[in-house]
Order: sequence, then structure tokens, then C-alpha cells
Amino acid sequence: MRATNMSQIYIDYNPALSSFPLTLSRESGQDVNACFQCKKCAVGCPVAFAMDLTPTQIIHAARLGLENVVLNSRTIWLCASCQTCTTRCPQDVDIARVMDAARIIAMRRGVKPSVKSVRNFFNAAVMNIRRFGRMYELGLIMALKLKSGEFTKDMELGKQMFRKGKIKILPSFKGMRDTRRIYRAVRKKESR
Amino acid sequence: MSYAYYPGCSLHSTAEEYDRSFRKVCSGLGIDLEEVTNWICCGSSPAHATSHLLSIALPMHNLAIVEKSGRDEVVVPCASCFSRFKFAQYEVGKDEELSRKVSEVVGSEAGKKVNVIHPLETLSGSGAIASSKVLKDLSFIKAVCYYGCLLTRPPEVTRFDSCEYPMSMDNILRSVGIETLEWSYKTECCGASLALTETSIVVKLVGDLLSEAKKVGANAVAVACPLCHANLDTRQAEAEASRGERFDIPIFYFTQLVGLALGFSEEELGLDRHIVNVEPHLSSLRGGV
Repeated sequence: MRATNMSQIYIDYNPALSSFPLTLSRESGQDVNACFQCKKCAVGCPVAFAMDLTPTQIIHAARLGLENVVLNSRTIWLCASCQTCTTRCPQDVDIARVMDAARIIAMRRGVKPSVKSVRNFFNAAVMNIRRFGRMYELGLIMALKLKSGEFTKDMELGKQMFRKGKIKILPSFKGMRDTRRIYRAVRKKESR
Repeated sequence: MSYAYYPGCSLHSTAEEYDRSFRKVCSGLGIDLEEVTNWICCGSSPAHATSHLLSIALPMHNLAIVEKSGRDEVVVPCASCFSRFKFAQYEVGKDEELSRKVSEVVGSEAGKKVNVIHPLETLSGSGAIASSKVLKDLSFIKAVCYYGCLLTRPPEVTRFDSCEYPMSMDNILRSVGIETLEWSYKTECCGASLALTETSIVVKLVGDLLSEAKKVGANAVAVACPLCHANLDTRQAEAEASRGERFDIPIFYFTQLVGLALGFSEEELGLDRHIVNVEPHLSSLRGGV
């Protein structure tokens, strides 16, 4: 089932058959059933114009147990975590946190991301922090270019930034022992 | 005054001028900053998008270092780091099981009581800048203050200024003689790290922001976040091209503007590091007071 807009989805509504609302609520700590579809999250979302489903529609799909709609959406990857929806929700649903939870579940299940570039960015950045202790921006950009194959993207801007001394050539390595220890401990807890 | 200081990754690289200008302003005002030893990255959005536990553990590790060093306050200039520090304390404060897990991961229970503050707070209230410190007339600058997302949202977490119409940066700049303008984009989003992935989204948002800034008559944008600065500064040319509109509006860290008012040189404040050249805009400054 692929969603381009909510009206095109045939809804086989039987939430009792889906464990998705519970999975999502465990991961996010949020009760999406509190949503009464006021659409404040959709209206305030700065990135809604680029999404396939609005945040309101994602929450609605989650309530209905339509996990494929949620996990295959572009929306969960395009969310910029700006916290506008979370701040304005009259029902106190932390929608940005729900988006995070959906991304985490999608990655855990190996769902092919609808916006690969963003998933690649998250993975590369998290690895970068683990490896260096502090974010090594040039290393991150190189890793993303290797993944995407877009070697010429932002080349001119990169040169300008380099000339202005904005790009640090070498990583710092400070604290890398700590990040490795923390990552290992987190992974251990999460695999339980 | 004396604070622990967590610059974060950006202030050691792309946003080095934010670090430099904040340190200068503090030295001018007699505020002492002590950088947290062996701090690590806060995890930012890549951490919270991939593991909730990791996203809380990384900031708590840094806060534990602060507390163990005998400090009870830490200044965090990057809006993303500030937000992650505040979120970490908020989450461990309301979830005992998470708190226990985080303590085990970090290897310490410390850090929960450390007061996390933003430079906008250090220079407000009791830290307000005395008019006698202002050496340069910057009244030709008409700035819009752009606070972005994470300093004020969500308010129960950040506990900082108004989440829809903040004034702290406006008040600081006005206190050093800079005019700040009313506008409705103070807390709009710039698209953050989508600049590196789905760039066109950021170009659109940046275009909307800068177009509105021009419309209200601003000749400068003041920011308090490295990512806001990067997007408004480095994506400005693309936003101009896509909208067919000329902006040519310099983007300043608010600390750079305060620093100028306090009499520091453009070089000391790293004003030469921006992509949108600030030189022509400050020419009247050089000829001035």
C-alpha cells in the first residue's frame, strides 16, 4: 500500500489485528489515541509542503494501525524536529517524538526509507560522533558524498566555506573513548 | 560571574565566530567562562532520530562532567545542544526507569541539577549590559531577531522566553543601541540539517524568511543558533536565485552585534568568516563614532 494522499488509501480498519499502535506507543511514550484531529500540527508544520502525508494524517494512520502507511511515508524522514507540532498540540501528544519513534521502528525493521538521503545522514552522523567523540563535519560530508554519489553537490559553496576558514580539516578525537563506551552500553541495553 | 561553558561541535568548527564573539563579549563584561573538559557531542538530531536512550545519555554525560567539576550552571550557546541538554534533564526527571538506565550507561547519576542556560539568558536580567559599556553607535542597524525552533520549543522543556513571540534577543540588542523590528518569523524553522540532504526544502524556507525580513525593512538578521546561521548565510544565494529576489542581507550572531557595540574589532568577532559579506553593510560603522 503506497500513500500519495490519504483519500487514495483503502482502509482495512481492524485495529485489533494490528500491534502497531502499541509498538509505536512503547517506543514514543505517547498516546496517539488522544488526537482529536484538530490539524494544528499540520497547519504549523514548516515542512508539510514537501511531505506526502501531513503530521495529522500520520497520527491518524498510526491510530488505525496502518503501519505501512506510517513507515513508508516521506513525512517521518522529512520532519525537521522543529517542535512546533509538539508545542501546539492541545492534547499533549509529542508528535515530533512520534516521528522519531516511527523512524527508529522503520530502521529496526529494515524498512526501505522513502527519503534515503535523510536516513543516510542520521546513520553517518551517529557513526561519526561515535568514532570521533565530537562531530567531525568534513568527515560527515565526505561519508554522505560516498553514499549518495553526488560528489559535485555544493562544491562551490564548499570552496567558499573553506576559504573563509569555516571547515576544519582535522577531527578532534577528544572524548572518543567516552562515546564508544556510551554507545556500547546503549546497544547492550537496547538488545535486551 | 563565572560559568561552565559547553561550546559544542559547531562552535569549534563552522560556527567558530559564535564562540569567539561570545567569549569576547563575556571578557568585556567580566563574565568568566570555563570550558567543560573533555566534553563530547550532545548527539543532536541524529541521536534522537536513531535511539532515545543514546539521545539522553550523551547530554547527561556532559552534564555529569559539569556537576563533578563543582559547577552548578553551564552556558550552552548552540540551540540544538541547549535543547538536547534541556530535553535530557526533562526526560530523566519524569521517567524513573529511563533515569536509571541513563545512569548505568553514563556511569554516574550526576548532572540532573545543573542549570542549563543560554547566552541570551546570561546577558539578560541581572546580567544586563550597562549602557556605560556601549562604545560604538550601531543605531544604523535595523535587525530582525531570528530565534528559530529549539531555544523556545517546547516551552515546558526549554523554560525560556515566549515560544511564539520571544523578546530576549530584541531586548539585548536594543540595550546596546540597535533597533530591532517586529516581524512574524521569529520562531519559524529554517529546515535545520535538511540542508545537507533535502536542500531544496531549506532553500524555500530560507527564502521565505529573508523575503519577510526585507519586507519589514531589516538590514541585518540576528541569530543565536549555528544551524540557523549556516542556513541563512550559506543558502542565501540559492534562495535569491530560486525566488528571483535580491536579499543581500548579512546574518550576524547576536554576540557579534553586541561585541561591535562593546568596541571589539570586526576581526576579533570573526565577521570576515561569513559567506554573505558584511563589510559593505558596516562601512558606516568604520567612518562613525
